[in-house]
Amino acid sequence: MGKIFNQRNIIILLILFALVFPLIYADNRYVLHVMTIGFIFTISVYGMNILAGYTGQLSLAHAGFFAIGAYSVGILTTQGGLNFWLALLLAVLITCATGFVLGLIALRTKTHFFAIYTLIVGYLIYLLIDKWDGLTGGIRGLIGIPIPDPIGPITFESATSMYYLVLFFLLLAIFVAVRIVHSLTGRTYIAIRNSEDLAQTLGINTTMNKLVSFVISVAFAGLAGGLYAALTRFIGPDVASTHMVFNFLMYLIVGGIGTLSGPLVGTMLFIWFEQFLKSYQEYHMLIFGPILVFMVIFFPSGITGGFYKLKMKFQSAKNQKNVRHIKSIPVKSTKE
Amino acid sequence: MAFIQLKGITKKFGGLTAVDNVDFEIEQGKITAIIGPNGAGKSTFFNLINGFHKPTSGTILFEGKDITNTPVHIGARLGIARTFQTTHLFEQATVIDNVIVGHRLRTKSKLYDAIFRTRREKQEEQIAYQKALEVLDFVGLTHMAKAPVSTIPQEAKKRVAIALALATDPKVMFLDEPAAGINPDETEGLSQLMKKLAASGITICTIEHKMQMIMGLADKIMVLNHGAKIAEGTPTEIKNNPIVIEAYLGGGDPVAEVNRHHSEVRGV
Repeated sequence: MGKIFNQRNIIILLILFALVFPLIYADNRYVLHVMTIGFIFTISVYGMNILAGYTGQLSLAHAGFFAIGAYSVGILTTQGGLNFWLALLLAVLITCATGFVLGLIALRTKTHFFAIYTLIVGYLIYLLIDKWDGLTGGIRGLIGIPIPDPIGPITFESATSMYYLVLFFLLLAIFVAVRIVHSLTGRTYIAIRNSEDLAQTLGINTTMNKLVSFVISVAFAGLAGGLYAALTRFIGPDVASTHMVFNFLMYLIVGGIGTLSGPLVGTMLFIWFEQFLKSYQEYHMLIFGPILVFMVIFFPSGITGGFYKLKMKFQSAKNQKNVRHIKSIPVKSTKE
Repeated sequence: MAFIQLKGITKKFGGLTAVDNVDFEIEQGKITAIIGPNGAGKSTFFNLINGFHKPTSGTILFEGKDITNTPVHIGARLGIARTFQTTHLFEQATVIDNVIVGHRLRTKSKLYDAIFRTRREKQEEQIAYQKALEVLDFVGLTHMAKAPVSTIPQEAKKRVAIALALATDPKVMFLDEPAAGINPDETEGLSQLMKKLAASGITICTIEHKMQMIMGLADKIMVLNHGAKIAEGTPTEIKNNPIVIEAYLGGGDPVAEVNRHHSEVRGV
């Protein structure tokens, strides 16, 4: 019981910290902005985690769907003149619909073929945005995306209010991710990740479940993209770039793929790390690269994954004593 | 009406005929064994019934229903369970966490139920959990329920795989070499478990290399060689079948011969 209490305490502390954070940095727009961007990326990485981490399908089209969400909000608000909230809802729906269609085709491939296929899909989305001048503004991008419309007395003009808005969606995203992972649906996904053949023999419709997982995953990306558009108020085709998707993947791997806290830990760590190394410009990759290689070799399940593994090792060392005594288990004859 | 009936099943992979025009029946409640040397087509035969492969020709009937082209997961829902030669378990998770998902096919909770944690979700999670406890008790692993799979012995892993199959509420269970890689004492324990499964009303069909185990266990044996059925009958009939002895075992005592053959093949 003490352990659960501990974990709960940490979560409450983190939420309190997130709530109080803008009060500490009330006059520092830069810090708030970086934090908000980090939260947005975290939402997207949570989506990636559901598909890649829990269902075992690594989609590299994730930034493409992030961009579809961002451009949907951008186009619907600037050219369609829609209310932000309606645009955001539509953006998520558009991303889901695109994800559904592309997922139908992409999920016919498996393992690394799926990764390669989705990488290409992601790049095609980038090209489409880059070349479709009339709709997306091409390389110039979309400018003048309005800030979210006020809800009653609440306005979103300040950095602080945007921070809280994104924090709300981040908590919602984490909540949904936790609910999914801890449900029978989540167990189904984990069974598919573990072995598709075994999952099928257990009566799991793997095609259907992978597709649903894919759509959930892109819904997170779409939502994050929509918020990103409203926050930065300018988007260019580079939000769909492969650079972006590999950033997401890096956050996920370093944080801990297939863990619930991994996306948050990995993304926030790297976002701030990137800020500290900003003066080195492109050379910051000279530091990121070795870190990533080090992580993949020594902590393949990331920071949180490594932490849990150590914890489990410690526990199983205790269990091992009990297990070793049992070699063969006599089976009671059936009483009938 | 036969429980499971195969009529003229043939499976070709390119130029290779893995299963060649096999007619076979599996009787309900009995233990049926399929034997034959490596590469005889035993696993392919399983994959055909199970639905992983579609036969090139022939039909498969399950309780009178044509299941020749039924997808694997639908077959599982009809009551066809199977285990694999390698257990495919999720090593980092606990035994019980591995087994809970086995009952998933009998539950209806969807994504909506997961996010809103509906009453149905809660009830079904409880049902799946209870089922897992029940099947772990059946295979004799209750005391290991909370241990991570990576820490339990090989023989226990085989039992977990059987428990997982059992959690699907099957009518028939196909076991692909359940006793491979475990010692003679443990083999006896698994034989007992298979008898217990059959006694509980589950039809068993197994592929096995350990002849002594099979001769004492099976009600009926089919011998495959180069994809073709060369004999079927009771263990005594198989032992004394001149075709099996001559054409397949090369004379002498079939049990000893087969055991010798496999020890050679495996380099034991």
